[in-house]
Amino acid sequence: MLIKRAADIRSSEITDKKLYLKRREFIQAAAVATAGLGALAATGSAEAATPAPRGRKLDNVQKSPLSVTDEKLNSWEQITTYNNFYEFGTDKESPSLYAKTLKTEPWRVVVDGEVAKPGTWNLEDILKGQTLEERVYRLRCVEAWSMVIPWVGFPLADFIKKVEPTSKAKFVEFYTQYDPATMPGVRQPTLRWPYLEGLRMDEAMHPLAILAVGLYGEVMPKQDGAPIRLIVPWKYGFKSAKSIVRIRFVERPPVNTWQEMQSSEYGFYSNVNPSVDHPRWTQASERRIGEFFRRKTLMFNGYGDQVASLYSGMDLKRNY
Amino acid sequence: MQWRKWVLKPAVFLAGLGPAAWLVYAALTGNLSVNPLEDITHETGLWAIRFICVTLAVTPLRRISGWNDVIRFRRMLGLFAFFYGTLHFLIYIIADRFAALDFPDGIVAWSTVRNLAASVGEDIYKRPFITIGFTAFVCMVPLALTSTAGMIRRLGGRRWRALHRLIYVTGVAAVVHYWWLVKADVTDPRFYAIIVAVLLGIRVYYARIRAIAPTRSPIARAQSPS
Repeated sequence: MLIKRAADIRSSEITDKKLYLKRREFIQAAAVATAGLGALAATGSAEAATPAPRGRKLDNVQKSPLSVTDEKLNSWEQITTYNNFYEFGTDKESPSLYAKTLKTEPWRVVVDGEVAKPGTWNLEDILKGQTLEERVYRLRCVEAWSMVIPWVGFPLADFIKKVEPTSKAKFVEFYTQYDPATMPGVRQPTLRWPYLEGLRMDEAMHPLAILAVGLYGEVMPKQDGAPIRLIVPWKYGFKSAKSIVRIRFVERPPVNTWQEMQSSEYGFYSNVNPSVDHPRWTQASERRIGEFFRRKTLMFNGYGDQVASLYSGMDLKRNY
Repeated sequence: MQWRKWVLKPAVFLAGLGPAAWLVYAALTGNLSVNPLEDITHETGLWAIRFICVTLAVTPLRRISGWNDVIRFRRMLGLFAFFYGTLHFLIYIIADRFAALDFPDGIVAWSTVRNLAASVGEDIYKRPFITIGFTAFVCMVPLALTSTAGMIRRLGGRRWRALHRLIYVTGVAAVVHYWWLVKADVTDPRFYAIIVAVLLGIRVYYARIRAIAPTRSPIARAQSPS
């Protein structure tokens, strides 16, 4: 009896020569596909923004009649994950990720220039005897988005009076902290550092202008400009300098950082003005963070009744 | 042949849909920022530019590596650039233009359509960075329409190739659009500008070689790609 032995390899298992020769092509294409997916994964796994941890409660915060009362507040998460604070990177979520390194204690503010009482102030001394108020303000960014934010602070005028500006003091400059060790953004020449903003003296003395040290009744989160920052609610957000380390009184109008960066787009005054467009986008409307439909932007961000008189007789198209 | 048709092309296709799928997933699960419309606008624009770059890379890659089959993916990659460019444009129309309209007769009305068209038209006319972005998009439209085998046949290879050089305009316009958009930090637009410049530069280089090769040496001619 003839016993037929099966072949070691069945013919069906032998790779077709044509297919065998295609393996090179397969490997190449697989490499391209992998590279593509890799790029994809890199985008997908970008670090997500993280809201600031809740801070220490501030004591004896008074309500203010100057607060906005009829608009819904933006949330803690919105206010602490969507920030323009280029010292910590140019993406909106960068400050929420990197501002933790900012060292806010101790904090000193240098006061110099045209004042009778120049000197260096500890933050505690600035706050000593100062009543803190909650000021709910609209914040309108020059990028055409807005929020409603419950700041805690006190009138800038209160502090200015303490240092006694001289008659030569026509403008006030505000300098933001510049520290390459704790601020990754300033290691790039994105803007001229340190960040500088300024106000005319009468603007600075206006009751709506405040120095803010808190948010939602708590100590200011680092990504929002801790420990002390300016808030000028009728101007675009960039005027409100964060993490202030120096306040200087001067005779000549300062060239603020964004004006220096691109003077055709950002002026000294930078009052919110729906009828003067940014050269690259409209300022007539804005997106309130959290809403789909855009709102009409209000003249002076809705604070016209209080501040319009500061600019009477001025051409606001030229003085943008 | 079978690998390419049944495995590779579907794989590249799925990879191309990946960013859109990820955006939809992230939007539904609340994984975008607190300004999701801005995220979606930026991401779709960025992916349009990336696919434009990848599409522009196909021919140089083929010439340099000699890997001829890569050309078989070019149409799909180009259509993905158009896909993301279209999403980008639509989201701009909805989130930036439609959302800012007044609705005197309610939302579902002829006046809405008219006002929307006027608003988009005015923005394209008024703002250089929108004008150039729109240019980048418009130049892709005829390329997408003539991407079928039938259209290539009808146009003839020479005319089809000439028409499809419009992708160079799109590449440059898209990068300028991105550059004019940012406020201060041009790191990212510069990255894509360099890529587009290199990819177009390689074409200029090969065009020059082709122009001088026939009169110089037969070897150069033999080596120059057809």
